[in-house]
Amino acid sequence: MIQLWWAKVTDHLDPFLFAIVTTIAALGLLVLYSAANETIGRVISQSQKVVIAVLIMIVIANLSPQFIARFAVPLYVIGIVLLVGVALGGEVVKGARRWLKIPGIGNIQPSEIMKIALPLILAWYFERHEGAMNWRNFAVAAILVAIPFALVVRQPDLGTALLIGASGFFVLYLAGLDWRVMVGAAVVGACAVTLMWSFEVGIHDYQKERVMTFLNPEADGQDSGWHTTQAAIAIGSGGLLGKGWLNGTQTHLEFLPEKHTDFIFAVYGEEFGLLGGIVLLVLYLLFIGRCFLISAHASTLFGRLMAGSMTLMFFTYAFVNMGMVTGILPVVGVPLPFMSFGGTALMTLFTAVGILMSVTSHRKLVNS
Amino acid sequence: MASELRNHDQELFWYQRRLTLAAVLVALCFVLLLGRFVYLQVVKHKHFATLAEANRIDVQPEAPNRGIITDRNGVVLASNYSAYTLELNPQKIPDMEAAIDEIAKIVEISPRDRRRFKRLWDEFRNNDSLPLKSRLTDEEVARVAANRYRLPGVEIKARLFRQYPFGEVASHVIGYIGRISQGEKERIEAQGLTPNYKGSDYIGKVGIELSYERELHGTAGATEVEVDASRRVIRTLSRKPSVTGNNLQLSLDIRLQKIAEEAFGAKRGALVAIDPTTGGVLAFVSKPGYDPNLFVDGIDPQNWDLLNTSIDKPLLNRPLRGTYPPGSTYKPFMALMAQELGVRTAQQTISDPGFFRLGGGHWRDDKVGGHGMVDLVKSIAISCDTYYYQVAAETDIDDWANFMRQFGFGVKTGIDIDGELPGILPDRAWKAKNRPKDPKLHVGDQVSLGIGQGFNTFTPLQLAYATAVLANRGVAFKPHLVQRIQDARSSEYRLTHPSPAYTVPLKNEHIDAVLKGMAGVVTEGTGRTAFLKAKYTSGGKTGTAQVYGLRGGTYIASQVAERLRDHAWYIALAPLDKPTIALVAFVENGGFGAEAAAPIAKKVMDAYFDPALLDAAIKRPIIGNEAIKAASVAAEVRRAR
Repeated sequence: MIQLWWAKVTDHLDPFLFAIVTTIAALGLLVLYSAANETIGRVISQSQKVVIAVLIMIVIANLSPQFIARFAVPLYVIGIVLLVGVALGGEVVKGARRWLKIPGIGNIQPSEIMKIALPLILAWYFERHEGAMNWRNFAVAAILVAIPFALVVRQPDLGTALLIGASGFFVLYLAGLDWRVMVGAAVVGACAVTLMWSFEVGIHDYQKERVMTFLNPEADGQDSGWHTTQAAIAIGSGGLLGKGWLNGTQTHLEFLPEKHTDFIFAVYGEEFGLLGGIVLLVLYLLFIGRCFLISAHASTLFGRLMAGSMTLMFFTYAFVNMGMVTGILPVVGVPLPFMSFGGTALMTLFTAVGILMSVTSHRKLVNS
Repeated sequence: MASELRNHDQELFWYQRRLTLAAVLVALCFVLLLGRFVYLQVVKHKHFATLAEANRIDVQPEAPNRGIITDRNGVVLASNYSAYTLELNPQKIPDMEAAIDEIAKIVEISPRDRRRFKRLWDEFRNNDSLPLKSRLTDEEVARVAANRYRLPGVEIKARLFRQYPFGEVASHVIGYIGRISQGEKERIEAQGLTPNYKGSDYIGKVGIELSYERELHGTAGATEVEVDASRRVIRTLSRKPSVTGNNLQLSLDIRLQKIAEEAFGAKRGALVAIDPTTGGVLAFVSKPGYDPNLFVDGIDPQNWDLLNTSIDKPLLNRPLRGTYPPGSTYKPFMALMAQELGVRTAQQTISDPGFFRLGGGHWRDDKVGGHGMVDLVKSIAISCDTYYYQVAAETDIDDWANFMRQFGFGVKTGIDIDGELPGILPDRAWKAKNRPKDPKLHVGDQVSLGIGQGFNTFTPLQLAYATAVLANRGVAFKPHLVQRIQDARSSEYRLTHPSPAYTVPLKNEHIDAVLKGMAGVVTEGTGRTAFLKAKYTSGGKTGTAQVYGLRGGTYIASQVAERLRDHAWYIALAPLDKPTIALVAFVENGGFGAEAAAPIAKKVMDAYFDPALLDAAIKRPIIGNEAIKAASVAAEVRRAR
């Protein structure tokens, strides 16, 4: 009985994805132990979150895509309501309203929900109009993207807004958005940013500063460039094979900021060197490659779009995080998927993995 | 159905094309990341590894203890004591006034502390630690420590301070140390000594503290420590201890020095006593002096103004930098020259009518009617001007100058403290260069120079040195204040001047005749009154230098008359058969040498030959600069109102 139930549950897990994700998460715990100066507290807390996240993933993997699609509208609406709630009465942390205190549940970050909810509603919407899509559908989709994007920008959290926007855009792109529209939008967007920059409208000083720091981190080595400079020193000093686990001086003498969360890759790079970096790149590449395959072979449009946009979201997280830590992208608050300390991102990511597993495991059923 | 299927396949095809495109983009981005990894971890690895080490390792300099200065008998003249200081970091304190007011609620901050700090602050704004109050009591330290959380930028530090236990006594010899100024910092850098001064705050400013800075400072140590990002020390990696500076032993006898200074009382002047057999300076007085302790932790502006603008010029090192005509003290050297150059023999006599005429010139002797028949010995004993007017008129000025130069006249003696002036020993070239309107050196000029008046000016040190060379019968030792240097590592001593610098070729009989004349000064001549009861044999010569005008200083009507009086000189050597002390006493505006300067010289020589007197000196309390102290208190009272 239990065996049967177990077989049924695990039947929907993709062993390849599962193996890679758990390997990266395990690696993350190893690095976290070092980043926490060899204390076990954070590792335990993170392990618990991983376990919960994996359970969520398993549950979602067992749901059929059609069932998941039912949540598209309610989840999106809840997300928008919460974002409005944040704008009206969110907790102010470091000058931004990003968190909402809900009695009995605790602090939640509604923008995180949007990372799943937005692709979900878009995929659902496009599937409803499958085979008869015209520009009106794309216009509606664009509005669906614009609303949460604008709300998150206002928090202000440009980094998350761009990630949400990107996850929406991925769906539009995969659904076949006209190239001319994309190019046109890109040109208009670039012009708008340039104008906002030069007339100082709608761009916060800290955002400007971050970009300036990114362009020239050493100019401000003690202040906003500190993150980037110290991370580069950590990674660069790691060399080919790294300084060895628990031996990173930048890590253990507290030169690295945010070393548990967004900058955990610097710890990894310092202690495991180029070799470690290559191993991690390969793991992510294998993971994303598998996701691409799932998306390519999905049986429904909803499944394809969902899987494809989740895949590109994983890639975006990994690339933006490693890019900012190594100094080729500006610093935005993006965690390294499955490695950074923190529960919220972990839940989102494993939910996405669950959706991918659901898409691939329910394909056979649909086909049969 | 078929078309729909084809449509479906078409859609799938387009979809997969878009997906492939995305996958290619993904691959490209990962290649970019890989490239970045390689750039950071392979290409620039060395650079970042160095930066990581620099982050991790902090080198903390360890300032060496400064060497100690003692007198010839080992009495400590400059030492170090450790004390707690309250220091402020201007970098961390935005409102200095408010911060000091806050501190003043916890420990007493005197108005002098405030003024002193303000002066320091103006000068050393970029320093990260400036002392507000030094010598804190244990209780004060505890109180500040307890309130540290609300006093950011305030620190208690244990520091070594320089202390001059004799205060004003020998202040012009020892000098003082002070905070390293910007100019000194640049000089240190130019000399490549920056690493050795990393932890040092103080440097010698004047006197021996300045000229022996290299010996006294010592070698800085360093501790390599591992630090975290907040510069907190995690552990010590290596330590190179500092090496204490070398100790200096002066030739000075602080007992004699004290007696000499006391002998001046309130008079201004100078006294230099030299051991002619070594060149070691036994006493080196410049009156008035100052308390060097005032300078150690930064002098306050008020005391600085008092010292700097006082008409008495307490900061002027008179033996070193005061130049005056030698007056009749020049005569023994003239007498020696006359014999050596063959102008006179000891036996030749002249008849002194009380004046000397040459060309249209007329020079008076100070005794109306003259001294009668005068030979060389008598000319010294009674200070006969006419004798030397004649000698001067008959000598070639360049030969004369060349002879005198051997005794150090007109050239720096090379004593081991900085700032010495060479004085003026006129010859033809000098006159041509310095008096372009009247470039020829006339015989009339020479006549005045014959009795030490006119263009020639020498420092008291030069005169003392000349006397020492004479006393040692031409064997010249460089005058020096530091006799031995004790190496801090080996504790071994080395002499600074172990052998004579040179020997002046002189005939013994010529020297004997001059010494006989100088002995006559004491027994029957101009110095007789002063040396009536001396228990030792000595030779001497009085001198009076005319004051032609007032140079520098502020005019105060009531003091003008006094300051127009002549300067009084006395040179001496003793005991006569083999002199072990040669000295010069000089009293500014003292009047006649016999009255003002000779008694001071006698007091010093009495003590020099009587150990009981010497020992008594050191037991008497040290008298500070009462004038300065009184003025300082008065100003304090004025300010308080």
